[in-house]
Amino acid sequence: MKINLLDLVLNPKMLKAGQRILLSGTVYTARDAAHKRIIDMLDSGIAVPFNLKNVAIYYCGPSPAKPGAVIGACGPTTSSRMDIFTPRILKEGVKFLIGKGGRSESVVNSIKENSAVYLVATGGVAALLSKTVKKADLIAFEDLGPEAIYKLEVEGMPLIVAIDSDGGNVFKL
Amino acid sequence: MRKIKSEIIINAVENLCAETNFKLPADVLKSLEQNIVLEKNTAKDILKEIIENVDIARKEQIPLCQDTGTANFFIKLGRDTEIENGDIYAAVNKGVSLGYTNSYLRKSVVFDPLERKNTKDNTPANIYIDLVSGDKIEITFLPKGGGSENASALKMLTLSVGWDGIKEFVLSAVNDKGRNACPPLVVGVGIGGDFASVGFMSKKALLREIGSENKNAFYGGKEIELLNDINKLNIGPMGMGGRTTALAVFIEEKPVHIASFPVAVNIQCHSCRRKTIII
Repeated sequence: MKINLLDLVLNPKMLKAGQRILLSGTVYTARDAAHKRIIDMLDSGIAVPFNLKNVAIYYCGPSPAKPGAVIGACGPTTSSRMDIFTPRILKEGVKFLIGKGGRSESVVNSIKENSAVYLVATGGVAALLSKTVKKADLIAFEDLGPEAIYKLEVEGMPLIVAIDSDGGNVFKL
Repeated sequence: MRKIKSEIIINAVENLCAETNFKLPADVLKSLEQNIVLEKNTAKDILKEIIENVDIARKEQIPLCQDTGTANFFIKLGRDTEIENGDIYAAVNKGVSLGYTNSYLRKSVVFDPLERKNTKDNTPANIYIDLVSGDKIEITFLPKGGGSENASALKMLTLSVGWDGIKEFVLSAVNDKGRNACPPLVVGVGIGGDFASVGFMSKKALLREIGSENKNAFYGGKEIELLNDINKLNIGPMGMGGRTTALAVFIEEKPVHIASFPVAVNIQCHSCRRKTIII
């Protein structure tokens, strides 16, 4: 099923756990260090590098782009390391999370409360996923190297709905 | 004494870093292809994606996984070799620095575990050297991703628990964290030795080719037993259910203190990248 992120923002409940989708739209990369920094900025009342409302965050630290390439290999990293930050991130308005592997019970509850959706990409298919990225802009935290925040335009990114907005979950808790 | 210029090693390691990250070993690909026929639905789709990725990475020289790992080297250094203008450690690290930089591989190493500032060239490498007879240098490279390494475990078991205790420990390690480690997995198990060496054995076990037999027939049988039990856990490809949770289990064992019973499990993701060259 082909899905545009803008349509999904209007109706996140259209997705059900277990569905396979091809996602198109804008996603922001952020993994461990970027999450920590975003939360610190929010706590200190400093403006974060992008508007968190209704956006998709992709847990990904890409490899460097070769000359002429949009991006390097860019598969998902393990989501559970972000569990500690996720309820706060969702409260701030982030609607879609993309990563790999299961999430904690508190994240599942938070996804339900905020009508958010957790999607998974296949880990270790980073060359294949790089082909779905049509544009990549480094927008913040360049000093973090692979953990910097990139704004990606993706087209037909193959994902599986892992936790839907009603708490349906393909992973056992 | 055979003299080998340091540059020869540097160049070889530079190339090895790139080639290993772009191309999955034939035995791993074959094992994935053998398992795909046993799966259906999502599990089958995921294995298909994994195999398609192998093809794209090889043809376009893109890393199989964005996590191009820590750089681990297992070196058999012939006693009749002499490295000119340098030493083996410096040469390997220089090769890693060049390989990861020039081939656009991800730099995933930070200086201090707490401060976490990137070293920017993926050094230092983890270098393990065995002195052997002869005038050759055999270098095996294992780039190891963080996700699967985090699912690994080590325990000093009570002696009385025997094989059942080992089995329970291995199965619980895979069951607890295996679904986050990009299954189908390769599972390295170290038994015996001491606290330091058992972890090393479990890592070294990952270098074995899938389909190869353990030299020790008893442990060979135990590898099959563990593999069958792991594949009954219904973790499956990417932890979404299915029978292909692991492609192989490899055991290394070693003499041990009369009071001790150490066991270690080193988890390897499906992107089981490794390559050996001989200089």
